[in-house]
Amino acid sequence: MAATATVSTRARVNQRRETTSTRTLISGVALNRPRGKIIYRVVLTLVIVVFTLVFIGPMYFLFTDALKSTQEVIATPPTLYPHSFDPGNFSTAWSRLDVGRMLWNTAYYAFGALALQLVFDVAAAYSLSKLRPVLGNVVLFLMLATLMIPVTVLVVPQYVTVADMPLFHWNLIGSPEAIWLPSVANAFNIFLLKRFFDSIPADYVDAASVDGASRLMILWRIILPMSRPIIAVVSIFSLVAVWKDFLWPLLVEYGYTPTRETLNVGIWQAQVGVPENLLIAASAMAAVPTIAFFLIFQRNIMAGLTAGGIRG
Amino acid sequence: MANVLTSVARSAAAPPAARRRRPASLLPRVRRNAAAWAFLIGAVLCFSFFSWYPIVREVIMSFQKPVYGGGYTWAGWSNYIRIFHDPTFWQAWRNTLEFTVLALVLGYAVPFVVAIVLNELRHAQGYLRTLVYLPVMLPPASALLLFVYFYNPQYGLFDDVLHFLHLPVSQWVFQPGTGFVSTAMLSVVIASTWMNMGSATLIYLAALQNIPGELYEAAELEGAGLFRRIRHVTIPQTRLILILLLMLQVVATMQMFIESFVLTNGGGGVGDNTLSVVMLIYQYAFAMSGASNYNSASALGVVLLLVLAVFSGGFLWATRERG
Repeated sequence: MAATATVSTRARVNQRRETTSTRTLISGVALNRPRGKIIYRVVLTLVIVVFTLVFIGPMYFLFTDALKSTQEVIATPPTLYPHSFDPGNFSTAWSRLDVGRMLWNTAYYAFGALALQLVFDVAAAYSLSKLRPVLGNVVLFLMLATLMIPVTVLVVPQYVTVADMPLFHWNLIGSPEAIWLPSVANAFNIFLLKRFFDSIPADYVDAASVDGASRLMILWRIILPMSRPIIAVVSIFSLVAVWKDFLWPLLVEYGYTPTRETLNVGIWQAQVGVPENLLIAASAMAAVPTIAFFLIFQRNIMAGLTAGGIRG
Repeated sequence: MANVLTSVARSAAAPPAARRRRPASLLPRVRRNAAAWAFLIGAVLCFSFFSWYPIVREVIMSFQKPVYGGGYTWAGWSNYIRIFHDPTFWQAWRNTLEFTVLALVLGYAVPFVVAIVLNELRHAQGYLRTLVYLPVMLPPASALLLFVYFYNPQYGLFDDVLHFLHLPVSQWVFQPGTGFVSTAMLSVVIASTWMNMGSATLIYLAALQNIPGELYEAAELEGAGLFRRIRHVTIPQTRLILILLLMLQVVATMQMFIESFVLTNGGGGVGDNTLSVVMLIYQYAFAMSGASNYNSASALGVVLLLVLAVFSGGFLWATRERG
């Protein structure tokens, strides 16, 4: 599967190279001159070396320092590779910081939020795009207007609201719902999904309803199978958003009880009182799932960044 | 049922004239709307509770004060007056502006230059793209902790490098001093740029790949050199994305929180020299044990909201398409 995927990307890239005139800032002719070739080689090598140092370098230390002893980690000058090779650091850090629990918490919050977002945001976008209820446009406008409100600004009233839900008087602090439910109020998801659903011709929906399909069936059997690319983009971004969030889980979960902390928060609070090498080992373990996720879904992530819209 | 559905589907797509000719009767219309709202209601409730209501509530809370024994009462402008008299308030704004300006110099220009260079390379582009975006995927606490360790004045890697080069060593994030370009804030910006530049780079790269090659061809035939081609082709062709990302970046950097929070372990640096506005909101609301006050935090939130709204509005007005 993976192999076919890479083959097909490569084929696509080659195809694009052939079909479009790949003229960029510097022409191919200039690059083919002897002097151009030399300059290009030098720049290419330089860029590769500098980028590898700048972006892989810190991560190299993240994983090698995790293998060093406490004394070696804080030694000056630093050692370039672990002299005291100690993989036991990982298991010590795992049990001492309870990385497994933090990992489970984070995954639980992230996938729960993803499930709720997919159910409610897809249903809402479908309704706004294809069913078009009265006041639908007002609702859409109000939803999109929240894109203009910076998230961190609302942290206090949101916290107060979650601590005492209006009408119901539930206190959600410390429960996973405190992360799940607010994540549904994501105007960017609604925008992406609705725009994609709008591009599906009404004929498909009409034909299905002539055949007696219910609205739910139309969504499930027709709209969703056609919308896989956008569902992938929305899913990836919503997972990453919850996984990377810091302030909100710090307030509503860690603030309630430290055992509910996410990876991000747990790593931060372990800064005090945990030896450097164990902290770095825990930090490295926290980074592994996201790095793996990125390497697997790289193509979708990059496509989402550029095609799905712009969000820094 | 199928009949109703087809008429619904048709009336949704039909032009108004057709709809007027055959008015749907009341019952199907009610049914159609009820069904549509059933799909919509979950998201609407979540938006109401966690987005729309908090926006209104923030403004209300900023004009209230807590009453002994529970509840709130009106307080007029007293929360605003109090935060305006807090010296930390002005310090936090100054720091936030410093961060925003430095982040513009580094975090805005660097990704664009990097994207231009990457777009010219015929080899290893995929590898380099992956590299630039990799830090964006790290959990921010992991990435920043790495910098905590690099910046450490006793055994940090950066000081070792400076020492090796016979340059004066630095306290980095914990360097005292609040000059407009303070070492402490510069350290925060470096970590932040490393962490975040990937997404901007990839967005620019996509924009660069959409520039028609003929434009460069024509410019070269007219005798335009490399820098004039960048100035007169690349920048005008990517103008829209440059403007949009500039605005989004300023709005994002004005809300800086985690970078300074993790690097200084929640402290805000020596003499609060890296304390940001959002960190101050956090401190007002949650960190001052005993005297925690949501109301002054809300007032500060409203001020930040107004500043960002005025900035975005003014920016969009100033860069609107003329003619």
